[in-house]
Amino acid sequence: MVKFVLNNKFIRSDDPPATLLLDLIRYREHLTGTKIGCREGDCGACTVLIGELKGDRVVYRSATSCLTAIGNVHNKHVVTIEGINREDGGDLNFLQQAICEEGASQCGFCTPGFLVSMTGFCLNENEPTRAAAIAAVDGNICRCTGYKSIERALAKLTTLLATRTSSDVLEFAISQKILPGYFTSIPRRLAQLALEPNGVLHGVPATDARDSATSNPIFLGGGTDLYVQQPERMVRSHPAFLNIDPSLQQITESAGELRIGGGVTVTQLLESPLIHRAFPHFPHYARLISSTPIRNIATVAGNFVNASPIGDLSVFFLALDARITLSDGSTRRVLPLNKFFKSYKTLDKGPGEYVESVHLATPQPNTRFNFEKVSKRTCLDIASVNTAIQLTVDGDTIRQAHCSAGGVGPIPLYLQKTSQFLAGHQISAALVDAAIDSALTEISPISDVRGTAEYKRLLLGQLIKAHFITLFHHLPEEEWL
Amino acid sequence: MTRDTKHLDAPAHTRGESIYLDDIPLISGTLFGVAFGSPIAHGNIRELHLNEAIQCPDVIRIFTYKDIPGENQIGGIIPDEPLFAETHVHYCGMPIAFVVATSEAAARHAVSKIKVDIDPLPVVTDPREAQANNDLIVPPRTFRLGDTTAAWQDCVHIIEATTETNGQEHLYIETQGSYALPQENQAIRVYSSTQAPTATQRVISKITGLAMHAIDVEVTRLGGGFGGKEDQANAWAAMCALACRHLRAPVKYSLPRTDDMVFTGKRHPYSADFKLGLDADQKIRAYEVTFYQNAGAAADLSPAVLERTLFHCTNTYYIPNVRATAYSCRTHLPPNTAFRGFGGPQGMFVIEAAIAKAAETLDIPAIEIQRANLICSGDEFPYGQKAVSEAHACWQKAETLYDIDTLQEEIGEFNAKHRLSKKGLAFMPICFGISFTKTLLNQARALVHVYTDGSVSLSTGAVEMGQGVNSKMIQVAATVFSIDPTLVRIQATSTQRIANTSPSAASATADLNGKAVEMACTAILQRLRSVAAAELQANPESITFLDGLVHIDGIPTVLHWKQLIMAAYIRRVSLSEHSHYATPQIHFDYTKEKGHPFAYHVYGTAIVIVTLDCLRGRYTVDAVKLVHDAGASMNPTIDRGQIEGGVVQGIGWMTMEEVVYDEKGRLRSNTLSAYKVPDIYSAPAEIALEFLHTDHDNLAVFRSKAVGEPPLMYGIGAYFALRNAILAFNPTAQIPFDAPLTPEKALMGLYQKQPTHVAG
Repeated sequence: MVKFVLNNKFIRSDDPPATLLLDLIRYREHLTGTKIGCREGDCGACTVLIGELKGDRVVYRSATSCLTAIGNVHNKHVVTIEGINREDGGDLNFLQQAICEEGASQCGFCTPGFLVSMTGFCLNENEPTRAAAIAAVDGNICRCTGYKSIERALAKLTTLLATRTSSDVLEFAISQKILPGYFTSIPRRLAQLALEPNGVLHGVPATDARDSATSNPIFLGGGTDLYVQQPERMVRSHPAFLNIDPSLQQITESAGELRIGGGVTVTQLLESPLIHRAFPHFPHYARLISSTPIRNIATVAGNFVNASPIGDLSVFFLALDARITLSDGSTRRVLPLNKFFKSYKTLDKGPGEYVESVHLATPQPNTRFNFEKVSKRTCLDIASVNTAIQLTVDGDTIRQAHCSAGGVGPIPLYLQKTSQFLAGHQISAALVDAAIDSALTEISPISDVRGTAEYKRLLLGQLIKAHFITLFHHLPEEEWL
Repeated sequence: MTRDTKHLDAPAHTRGESIYLDDIPLISGTLFGVAFGSPIAHGNIRELHLNEAIQCPDVIRIFTYKDIPGENQIGGIIPDEPLFAETHVHYCGMPIAFVVATSEAAARHAVSKIKVDIDPLPVVTDPREAQANNDLIVPPRTFRLGDTTAAWQDCVHIIEATTETNGQEHLYIETQGSYALPQENQAIRVYSSTQAPTATQRVISKITGLAMHAIDVEVTRLGGGFGGKEDQANAWAAMCALACRHLRAPVKYSLPRTDDMVFTGKRHPYSADFKLGLDADQKIRAYEVTFYQNAGAAADLSPAVLERTLFHCTNTYYIPNVRATAYSCRTHLPPNTAFRGFGGPQGMFVIEAAIAKAAETLDIPAIEIQRANLICSGDEFPYGQKAVSEAHACWQKAETLYDIDTLQEEIGEFNAKHRLSKKGLAFMPICFGISFTKTLLNQARALVHVYTDGSVSLSTGAVEMGQGVNSKMIQVAATVFSIDPTLVRIQATSTQRIANTSPSAASATADLNGKAVEMACTAILQRLRSVAAAELQANPESITFLDGLVHIDGIPTVLHWKQLIMAAYIRRVSLSEHSHYATPQIHFDYTKEKGHPFAYHVYGTAIVIVTLDCLRGRYTVDAVKLVHDAGASMNPTIDRGQIEGGVVQGIGWMTMEEVVYDEKGRLRSNTLSAYKVPDIYSAPAEIALEFLHTDHDNLAVFRSKAVGEPPLMYGIGAYFALRNAILAFNPTAQIPFDAPLTPEKALMGLYQKQPTHVAG
């Protein structure tokens, strides 16, 4: 049995844990404010908030309910638009009023999703800047308004949130009637739920977890790839829920090594002080990686295991010379990430194995890192080409280099030859040109919906240039062209 | 007039309480349908294997053309499109069968078990190839003004080239869908996400063999339409109604996104050849253009779209000698259809490309040619109508208000300073004709009831799809009656309440239906005036209504609206009115291709500024600065929303939105992860909007000009601004006129080494 609180109501569902939250919300609970736009996490019409008890507070994050298994909201609080509405009749709360006043709702189909995302923004403890407000709705697509009216409504909201003095964001939201009062009862109710027997939710090891199609064990992280690739198979499966194991969600550092649990989400990376220290520009890269509600649930291991040739995190960690620990519950083994990808969508991974963690050397003062990605739409899109580089430098001399590229071969590529070539050389435009020539010998892009092979070759070269221009901007621009 | 009225649907939208098709509570026993579409684009069906599918659990029945009691035909303009393929398939996704089961999942599973043997035939996806094969939907049409052949002699510069514009996915966030419920005596009620309830009703009637009076199509609202649900909502409604008729059970089909993208047509891609001639003063003397419209496999609305391409082939310029020919070419793609602008944008792109090419050839800014050729009042369009022009007023206001000299100076400085980043600027003036070009469609009706408590019920043929038409209808009624808008309620659009409606399309919905509402309310008010005169023993001429009170000679009396209504009822005076409006003055002679097809034109000027990352090829639209001819806007909030939304949709069409079919006619951009529409980061950082407020008499409702489609064409400016940015980096680049200008094409242009051959 899966148990959670949906808005102001306890849900104890006998539906299979792999059932999609969206379907439960709309077709079991008949809460039709949560809309279906695409069922692949690309429009945000089905956005909900998922609240998780952390100490005596509930931390809320937006998520796309179309890719969320109900097992992943076990013991959590799920908030739909209906749970945000004021309880005192048909009145509008501050956000709803702002949307109406600015004409930011036209056909209205995307509107509940935007409001849920905006509510998530109100419950975020970070500074309520204009940029943060826009980032909160970066997973919501509107086809009518052109977004300017939505930006105007967001501006009203940030002005209000700027008056917030206490760190208790929930109390502020309730006092401003952005949220109904029942939210204060949620921590107690989630604590109560957690005390009840756990029911039939599988964790790891995947003793009883079974894929409906193959009878192999199946593991579910955030679900953002699995439910896009094979929704019908997934909903009939009995996966092991990686999220119930807290050890998979930790980021730790010891002896010069960063260890990131396989179940860590992109948002957890973004919020980790360790990651921030190691990669100060991570927020800049993360903006190019999917959208807020996806980043909130998509995991590091999921991105690896999906084996997409353009997986952003695969490319990111390949350039960090990362290693991964695979486990089947009893036996562990470690292998370099660049050996994990064997051929198109084929991994060095047994059916019972899952990615427990990824490890990398903590960047030192003389290491330089950069990530680049270009897609048809800058944000919330799959890369045409992405690439990352890590250089260990001594002045202008490269001591060691690791370079990766996605979208230019059947797997996310570690550019072995190019990485080796760069080591020991002094940085110059000529060196970069030679590195590009080398990289072009290592890739085999194909023409597809994300671009022609010719374009991808040109683009990878440009992005390698971009690495050096970004990292060594004291060198004159003219040299690079 | 309460001009600050907001979108009256919005409060319920923000509470998630508005009802869309998939939100309608299901009646017990509802069945679910899923269509099976052809897996290949062109061929002869040898055999359809339904055995395995029919044996799947929970499957009730599978429908094919053999189950159609009426006529297997859904073509609107031309009867060339079957609901279900019989012996031939003409495009990938062409419906062959409709599986009905007790759940959507069961129906979908059964669809996956259907097999069909098809002998493939050659697939044509290129409209020029179809034209060469003489495979046309309708005979070609040509608009002529003056004599181009003679005019070339007066030209100092003659410019020729080829252009391409790709299609565009509507991407309404609510997909297509329908829900059919059996009623007594064979009748069927159909809920449909349709822009054209009457067309949907007509198609259902044809398929089921039932008379139109037995079919009620009702629509509360759409989660976006943009033209995609003008003609292409009909097939799903007809499938559900057909199954409902056979099974006497409610049947629903709400399309998953990929079904929607694969099965439905899009904005028409066009290929075109132009020849433009200018004299020494940069006056355009002659323009010849040939359009090759990629119609897809059936007519759908293509002939009408084709016509509007011709109407707008000279955009907002006066050209004394024009010859424009257009071919509607039959290819093996899903039938392309209406999309905001309806062929107009495709026509305008070509003349703008011609001017850009002329400017590059003459090495002068395009702005100079654009400005020198704007149409003046009294100038003739190629179709014979004389302009009542605001083109100069909009352009000049934009130049001064936004200080074009400073803008250009700043861009010049930026470009001189930055090696890896360039800005580009383009002007995009527009002129768009308002009315259905098919004159007969320019009619509408309204039904107004005033109840004895003073509340007002309003029904029209307008379909609310986000454009705010319902709010405007309520404004009209509240203004005529001079009562609070909260007393007026607009009812769901229903073919039982309003018959023989025109689609909500052509930007004309508020005008047509608003005029009908105005007429109906005025007629009721006229009767109320007599009642008030009798009640107050005053001269009817002295009676006026203001803010819910009866006035005599401008002085308020104690008689308020509710009392007056009750008095009218007691005196047995009718409190209901059904009115009919037909746009006056418009006509068109197809034999001569001349006439006066538009009630009026909407003008405007946009300045678009972009910044291009010359290292990576990606770009941002910094600003769109507009002067838009709104007439006397009756609702600036709604109109601003239409303008901003249209601009961004137009920018999407010109930049990132790329419909991709492979050579076998299969849609590759068939999901939201493969087809990108603008997100919040893609919207221009600034959209500055100034209304050109004019009080000239026109045929718009309350002189508030139509606003639905015209702003989309401002987005074309983004293409030319980007092109200018590329040329600022790589002045020798030969950039083909091939929209959208994706980051890929931008990068290829930036680093083009040798000029590629450009056709023409």
